[in-house]
Amino acid sequence: MSLFQEYLKPVTVEEAFDCLANASGSVAVIAGGTDLLLDIRQGRHARVDQLVDVSGISEMQEITLDDDYIHLGAAVTHKQVITNPLLQEHAQCVVEGCGLIGGPQVRNVATIGGNVAHALPAGDGTISLLVLDTEVRIASSEGIKCQPLIEIFTGPGKVTFDREKELVVGFRFAKKGPKEASAFHRVMRPQGVAIAILNIAAWVKLDKNGGLDNVRISCGPAGPKPFRALKTEAYLTGKSWDNTVYQKATNIIAQEVSLRTSPHRATKEYRHKLLPQLLKIVLDSAIERAKL
Amino acid sequence: MTTLTFSVNNKKQNIEIEAGEMLSDVLRYRLGLTGTKISCNESECGVCTVLVEGEPVLSCNYPALKAAGKHITTIEGLAKAEELHPLQEGFIKHGAVQCGFCTPGQIMTATALLDEKPNPTDKDIEYALNDTLCRCGTYPAIVNAIHAAADKINQDKPIEFPKYEFGGDLDVVGQVVARPEAQDKVTGKAVYTDDISFPGMLFGATLRAGIPHGRVKKLDISKAIKLAGVQSVLTAADIPGRVNHGLIIQDWPALIAVGEKARYVGDAVAIVAADTQEIARNALDLIEVEYEGLPIVTNPVDAKGDNAPRVHEEGNLLKHIKVDKGDINQGFKEAEVIFEDTYYTPSYEHAFMEPECSIARPLDDGQIEVYVGSQIPYADRDQVAAALDLPLEKVRVRGPLIGGGFGGKEDIVGQIHAALLAQVTGKPVKILYDRQESLLVHPKRHATQIKVKLGLKNDGTLTAAQTELYGDTGAYASLGAKVMGRATTHSTGPYIVPNVKIDCYAMYTNNPPSGAFRGFGALQAAFAIECLMDQVAEELKIDPIELRRKNALRKGAITNTGQHLTESVGLLECIEKTHQAMLTYTDGRDPFISREVEGEPNKRRSWGFAVTFKNTGLGEGAPDNASAEIELLPDGKVETRISSAEIGQGLVTVLQMVTAQELSLPLEQVKVYLSDTDLTPDGGPTTGSRQTYISGNAARFAAVTLKNTMLSTLAEKFNLPPEEIELKNGFAHANGNKISFAEVGELMREEGRDPKLVYDYKSPKTTPLGEAGDKHFAYSFAAQAIEVEVNLDTGEVRVVRAVGATDVGRAINPLGLQGQVEGGLIMGIGHALTEEFIVENGEIFTDTLSRYRMPSIKHLPDDIKVIIVEDPTTEGPYGGKGVGEISTMPVPPAIVNAIYNACGVRFNQIPIDQDWLALQLDKTPLNHEN
Repeated sequence: MSLFQEYLKPVTVEEAFDCLANASGSVAVIAGGTDLLLDIRQGRHARVDQLVDVSGISEMQEITLDDDYIHLGAAVTHKQVITNPLLQEHAQCVVEGCGLIGGPQVRNVATIGGNVAHALPAGDGTISLLVLDTEVRIASSEGIKCQPLIEIFTGPGKVTFDREKELVVGFRFAKKGPKEASAFHRVMRPQGVAIAILNIAAWVKLDKNGGLDNVRISCGPAGPKPFRALKTEAYLTGKSWDNTVYQKATNIIAQEVSLRTSPHRATKEYRHKLLPQLLKIVLDSAIERAKL
Repeated sequence: MTTLTFSVNNKKQNIEIEAGEMLSDVLRYRLGLTGTKISCNESECGVCTVLVEGEPVLSCNYPALKAAGKHITTIEGLAKAEELHPLQEGFIKHGAVQCGFCTPGQIMTATALLDEKPNPTDKDIEYALNDTLCRCGTYPAIVNAIHAAADKINQDKPIEFPKYEFGGDLDVVGQVVARPEAQDKVTGKAVYTDDISFPGMLFGATLRAGIPHGRVKKLDISKAIKLAGVQSVLTAADIPGRVNHGLIIQDWPALIAVGEKARYVGDAVAIVAADTQEIARNALDLIEVEYEGLPIVTNPVDAKGDNAPRVHEEGNLLKHIKVDKGDINQGFKEAEVIFEDTYYTPSYEHAFMEPECSIARPLDDGQIEVYVGSQIPYADRDQVAAALDLPLEKVRVRGPLIGGGFGGKEDIVGQIHAALLAQVTGKPVKILYDRQESLLVHPKRHATQIKVKLGLKNDGTLTAAQTELYGDTGAYASLGAKVMGRATTHSTGPYIVPNVKIDCYAMYTNNPPSGAFRGFGALQAAFAIECLMDQVAEELKIDPIELRRKNALRKGAITNTGQHLTESVGLLECIEKTHQAMLTYTDGRDPFISREVEGEPNKRRSWGFAVTFKNTGLGEGAPDNASAEIELLPDGKVETRISSAEIGQGLVTVLQMVTAQELSLPLEQVKVYLSDTDLTPDGGPTTGSRQTYISGNAARFAAVTLKNTMLSTLAEKFNLPPEEIELKNGFAHANGNKISFAEVGELMREEGRDPKLVYDYKSPKTTPLGEAGDKHFAYSFAAQAIEVEVNLDTGEVRVVRAVGATDVGRAINPLGLQGQVEGGLIMGIGHALTEEFIVENGEIFTDTLSRYRMPSIKHLPDDIKVIIVEDPTTEGPYGGKGVGEISTMPVPPAIVNAIYNACGVRFNQIPIDQDWLALQLDKTPLNHEN
């Protein structure tokens, strides 16, 4: 069964735009294809005439550190993410999140850019990138724009940019400073769809007394799009992580998320039961790491 | 077309392909490298794994053009010349090969693992193979095989067969041997139906109703037939013979005619043959069908109601099955305590790794050949012949290897359709289901509701058992009446109960049909009775093992159907050995108390216990026979021929061993040829754990008869009494002469004795329910103890350890037996924790493998102990009886009982819903802490 008629493999971003601009008929960008090809095959995505494979574009494969930032190419595979020493050092939550996705066969081809562009509210890669205050670089024929990752999501599977004309080329986030660390965790259901019932990521910066100088928390599915728990973050900032603070934080996060019942996946009540547990697991873990 | 240049197994390839082809398509259909299998087409199962530049990828979802310029390694490229890769050898010797369909994917994934981590830990293996599924459940053997291969690669340590404590001391039977077809399965040479193609072959596709209940008002194929590349479009009106098929009751239309009803979403309305699969599927979109929607019934209890929509004109009751023993009222009067509860089991999907494929090929003499991986080749032949209105001998069913069955390949699916299209077009036609069609069409496991009421004395002695069962047989009968019959007779457990009353209703609904599935109704029944027995034990403050021991069937006992058990009742021994083995893990302490996991106060562990029994063979009056042909070939080898299915369980090995044993031949001198209705006599259905016993006996007696003929030939020649002639190590010894089998065969031919004979084996007679006499000629027994860990915060449940004993009569093929027990355990864990086939309002929710999750290697317990009890049955081959089904049956109740013991929450249904469990835990005090 032909899912597409033409398979193009540009090696530069410019070539990719040529492919997109010159497309006759429907066109879609593909990287690993682990989601897109299934979506086409199972009727969730219309059949396309042309696929533009961006996984061979070298500038989308970088993992580099400059003075302040880690640069992560969108075509970097999950396998590369989890085995890369820079990311193991500076982006523990992303390494953890990507390490839980699929088996080695999927991680060898699925890309971090694909995970983000798929825009699922509970994408493990996306949720973990969010707490690093990640910026996304999106290229179009007009040039490249850089914006906070959180801003590109508009709904389940929906993004602000035009997938047929624009391209996620990479991400950047601040390198890990002293007393900073991150962590990711999720709970799955053994039956049914292999998407997390709830996932969560946390990033912390400790003050010199071991208190929380700065905190970021993201989780999913906590609404129609990937979610940052800003109120909980604001509350936690400046606090020391003890049981009272934990109890208060769980109340705040429970109010600011929007958890719901998904048939054959999880009830709202169960997600509310998991949320404080996961919050504790990732904050405990991130704080432990930040102390090292 | 576009050109793809790449290298496969170190050979450069430059081929023309369509841009949209996946790597698996190119490897299989353009390069003929059919070792790479396609199972799910949705990145779920890992079966299609190949290496691209040394890294494992899923070739079914990897655009072929993405591989341009790259180097691909497939299973065919792994062995160096004639020398197997250590992983291939390890998989063979450790029994990690059963049906073999996932084997190439497992080995390729493991190859990449060993390249990256030459000495992997169990955790490394689990992480790497997490998404490479094996429905036979060979995971324990896979782990052992990978370790053995690593040791060979790193330390040059030879790979040995495992050693078992069972099997006895005969030369061949009971010894650990490799399955004869394993070498082909690990090298990619093994041929399954979709690996076959013929010149000029067409591809078929099937239009499904897509609605659960509706009358076809109009059916227009005129546009479809005009599509370029379409060769034929057929509807019910084109069926020359019998429209309906069915194994017992012919109520299932091969195609739904105008004016007739579709009764479930998978009913077929029209079939197409075209030059390519894509054209055939496109043609389906051009067929116009109008339905008059009808009200649906989707639950067997509702279906019994007076006003329920009728699935069939005669009503919704397929069969009311009854058992009466003693006086139920008197039994409850004698009871000092009475317990009652109702249990629910869902529908389950076989999810064999090989989706169904049928190829029909018309021959010049008017015969139609049908290639299909079928569990009942002769039934396929008869049903195809009836539909095509051909004499039986004009249809020949030939069985390639089968990638798993578990009961799901007993009914007709594409066989008749392919044959009809081949008959009309005069060309070979292949109908290959993708995973979604497989999930949609073939019969599933019966969902049941089972009410159990038990009366007991205060000391735990059962006085009465009354059960009421409802089984959802779906839209068509399939084997529903038999399955629910087995549920009926197993619903009071393997216990001595003087007074019994059972009513079972097998009901039609508008759900997909239900039929045979490992455990065959008895699995559902075991869940209900074994859960209630634990509740009883708790209420009566009796140890759950003691309660079972007190009531257990034993030699001399009478079953609920009045059968007097005179031998081979190993249940007490199973209970005892399982109990003792379990205690070694708890240092002799009570295994059923809840224990906190050290350092993890939110996790609790405990053990659960369950026992079960399962009949061997068809029973209840059904003639249960098999015929085997045996021939002494001119080269001195012996070939055994029978139409019985090798679905991964190891039948070929058993037949080879039995034949070799009786003729004192080395194993490699025995060939086995299966499932060809022109050349192999009928071994009967591969169902009811019957093949080792029935076909095993047929092969054994065929070999004995051949031996006797050989001996009388030699007796005459050497003028000796036959008893002074001996067959040993592949030779006959007479009067100091050593005569080869080839020479004996030549002598026989010279004397006009046919070195080929057929033995018709007839098993002991059984009688239908309600009549005097034995219902079954043998039963297997099992006890299972399982330790679970419950996360009190999240409700997550994990099986930590599993210890079980199974009475199989006699271990004939230990490596295969170990695999059957381990694989059955894994499937039982799946039924309890991961699987549920969900149908809502007649529509299938679990329509992909991503929604129907079978257990993966990560569900493998930390520790498995398999204990084999050998309490022989006189008539069985060397004392053997069935094992294929029983290993799954006690696992779900043992898990449910363990969960209760660990955290105090009792489930009356499976699978375990961790969501519900977690919320229940908030309301449940932990009342038995340690």
